[in-house]
Amino acid sequence: MTAQMRPAMAVCPGCVAASTEAVETAPTEAVETAPTEARLALSLPTIHCQACISKVERGLNDHPGIHSARVNLTLKRALIEADPEVRADDLIPVLADLGFEAHELDLATLAATQSDRAGRDLLMRLAVAGFASMNVMLLSVSVWSGASDATRDMFHWISAAIAFPAVIFAGKPFFTNAWSALRVGRLNMDVPIVLALVLALVTSLWETSLSGDHAYFDAALTLTFLLLAGRYLDYRTRAVARSAAEELAALEVPRAIRMEDDTEVEVPVADLAYGDLILVRPGGRMPVDGVIATGESELDRSLLTGETLPVFAAPGTQVSAGEVNLTGPLVVRAEAVGEDTSLHRMADLVAIAESGRSRYTSLADSAAKLYAPGVHILSALAFVGWYLYTFDLRMALNIAAAVLIITCPCALGLAVPAVTTAASGRLFKKGMLIKHSTALERLAGVDTVVFDKTGTLTTGTPQLENLEVFTRAELEIALALAEGSSHPLSRALTAAARTAGIAPADVTDLQERPGFGTQGQYMGRTVRLGRAAWLGADQGSQTAAWLDTGEGAAPRGFLFHDALRPGAAEAVAQLHAAGKEVLLISGDTTAAVEDLAQRLGIQKWLAEALPEDKAERIQSLSDRGHKVLMVGDGLNDTAALTAAHVSISPASALDAARVASDIVLLGQDLEPIAEACVVASKATKRIRENFRIATLYNVIAVPLAIAGFATPLIAALAMSSSSITVSLNALRLK
Amino acid sequence: MSVLAYLIPISLLLGGGALAAFVYTVRSNQYDDPEGDSRRILSEEWDDHPKP
Repeated sequence: MTAQMRPAMAVCPGCVAASTEAVETAPTEAVETAPTEARLALSLPTIHCQACISKVERGLNDHPGIHSARVNLTLKRALIEADPEVRADDLIPVLADLGFEAHELDLATLAATQSDRAGRDLLMRLAVAGFASMNVMLLSVSVWSGASDATRDMFHWISAAIAFPAVIFAGKPFFTNAWSALRVGRLNMDVPIVLALVLALVTSLWETSLSGDHAYFDAALTLTFLLLAGRYLDYRTRAVARSAAEELAALEVPRAIRMEDDTEVEVPVADLAYGDLILVRPGGRMPVDGVIATGESELDRSLLTGETLPVFAAPGTQVSAGEVNLTGPLVVRAEAVGEDTSLHRMADLVAIAESGRSRYTSLADSAAKLYAPGVHILSALAFVGWYLYTFDLRMALNIAAAVLIITCPCALGLAVPAVTTAASGRLFKKGMLIKHSTALERLAGVDTVVFDKTGTLTTGTPQLENLEVFTRAELEIALALAEGSSHPLSRALTAAARTAGIAPADVTDLQERPGFGTQGQYMGRTVRLGRAAWLGADQGSQTAAWLDTGEGAAPRGFLFHDALRPGAAEAVAQLHAAGKEVLLISGDTTAAVEDLAQRLGIQKWLAEALPEDKAERIQSLSDRGHKVLMVGDGLNDTAALTAAHVSISPASALDAARVASDIVLLGQDLEPIAEACVVASKATKRIRENFRIATLYNVIAVPLAIAGFATPLIAALAMSSSSITVSLNALRLK
Repeated sequence: MSVLAYLIPISLLLGGGALAAFVYTVRSNQYDDPEGDSRRILSEEWDDHPKP
C-alpha cells in the first residue's frame, strides 16, 4: 500500500515514445568501466523547467564521488555516473534539500526499454520510404503532365532504380510477416500488401522495358510509406505504455537485507538463497516465503488475500512474499525464493485463465479475414477475364496489378492505429495506461464491471469512525500512546485525534511491544493501546485498536473502516448510470464487504472469496454471455484479472497484478474508469466508420480498375485521399 | 531538355543528403529528450564557453 502513485507521470505520450531509446549506449559503457563506476537512475516527478535541470545537475555534480549527472526532462529522470560506493539513498536527501522529490529506479528493469531497437528500425524504414516516394512522385508528376517518348522512359527507369531498393529495404516488415503467415498456411493483412507491392513493381518494370505508358512505381512506394506510418503509430502507442509500465516496475527496487554473522548486508533479491536469514524492517515487504525466526510484529496480508485485519506474527509464523511488515523488525528464514514463492505459484492459475483471453480476435484481424481472400479472388478474376477476352497477357497483368493496388488495405492499415493512438493519448492524459493493443476494443463491449474491495475501491488506509464515543481524557491517553507507534491504526488514530483538537496526555515510560501495541505509565497506572488479545478484549469482525486506561474497566475499542479511494463512489455511480451491472467480489469478511457495498450502492456482492472463486465467478459470467471488466489490485485478483474480458489495475497494485491487467490507472482517482468506457466505445465506433470509409473508396475505385480505366494517377488519388480521410476521422476523437 | 541531366542528379543528391542527415540524428540519440533540449537552450549556464 506504500507504493508510489504519481499522476505526474501523465506526460505527453509522444515525448515518452520518442525517447524510449534513451541512453542506448549505457549498458556497454557500464561493462567497460564497471570496476570504477556505478550507474544510478533517479525518477524526478516534480521537475518541469530549465531552472530545475540546471539546479539538479549542479547539485548532483557537486556531490563528492559523482562523475557526471544528466537530467532527461522528457522522462523526468536523472542518470548518474558515480563511484561504486555512492548509493541512491545518499543522493535522495541531497535532492530533497534542493526541493525535488526523488525515487530510485532499478536500472536492470529499465534496461529492457533502453535496448529498444525495433522503434528506431521502423523509423528508419519510414524515412527511406518517405524520401523515395517523394522523389518518385515528382518524376511521376512530369509523366502525368505529358512527358512522352524518351523522356518518359528515362523517368520510368530512374523511378525503377529508386523504387526497387527502397521497397526491398522499407517493406521488410511486411515481407517477413506475410511469409510467417503463409508458412503456416494462413492469410493476414500483409499477404495482399506484399502481393500488390511485388506485382506492381514487376509489371511496371516489364512495362518500362517495353516503353509502355503506365508504371506504378509511385503507387508502390506511397503504399509502403502510408502502411509503415500506420505500423509506426501502432508501435509508438504500445511503446509509450510499455515504458511507463516498466518505470512503475523499476520503482520497486528489489533489494533485501541479509543477516551475515550479525552484520546487515544489502543484497539484490535475486541473490537470496534457501535458508538465508533476512531482516524485514517495519513498512517493508517480504521478499521471500519463509518462517519468522525472531521478532514479533503484525502483518498486512491485504494484497494477497484481501483481508484488511492485520495478522499477529511471532517466531514460527509462516509468511509469504508480498506481505507487509507493520510494527516490529522481523528476521525471516527463507524457505522458498524467486520462482518458488507463492507469488509465482499464482502463475498457474493465471495460465489457466489465459486460455479464455486468446479467443478474442481484433477488429483489424476479422476485417483482414474477410478482406484478404476477397481481394485475391477479385484480382485473379480480373486477370482471367481480361486474358480470355483479349488474349493479351500484358494487358491482363496490368489490370490485375491495378486492382490489387487500388484495393490494397492502405486505409485499413491506418484505420485502427490512427484511432487507438488518438484514444490512448487522450486516456494517458487522464492517467490511464493502455497496455494491450486490443484493450480499447474489448473495453468498448463491457456490460458488467467487477470490483475488488481492498486496495481498489478502498485505499487500504484505515479511518477512525467512533471518535465521539470516547471521553476527552481517554482520547488524550490514547493519542499519547498512538504517537509512540508507526502502526497504520496508530497513525490513523493520531490524525483523527489531532483534527479533533485533542492534546496528548502526559504518559511516561512509553514503549512499543511489536505485534501487540504500546504501553506507558499515566498517573501511576499502566495504560495500554493495542490488539484485542493482548488486552483481553473480544475481537469483533471489524478492524479495531483497544484502549485500557488502567482503571479496572473493560478495554474499549476504537473502530476503523477502510477509507474510500477518491472517485470510487463517482465511478460506481457513473457505471450504474451507463447501464452497466456492478459487482463487488472480495476476500475480506462478510461484514466489511456488506458495509462497503451499502455505502457505494452496489447490490450484488460476494465476500470471503478465494482467488479460484473470483476467477470462477468471472468465468461463469462470461459463459452467460456477459463481457466482464475486472478492476483489482491484489495477488488474489491476478487469475480473475486474466479471466476477465478486459482488466484494470491501479498503479499501487503488486507487479504481478499490473502485468496481468490490460490497463493501468496511474493516479489515485478511480473516476477515469467510467470515462474510459465512453472513450473506448467512441474509438470503436470510429474504427468501424473508418472501415466503412475505406470500403466506400474501394466500391467506387474497384469497378474502374476492373474495367481497365484505372491509370496510375487515379490509383494515387484514390489511395492518398482515402488515407487522409481515415486519419482525419481518427483525429476527431481528440 | 538537356538541363535534366544536371537537375535530376542534383535533386536526388539533395534529397539523399537530407535522408543521411536524418539517419545521423536518429543514430546519435538526438531525439532522446526533446522536451529537455528545447528548455536547455534557455539556460545561461554554458553561454560563454562550451561545457568541458
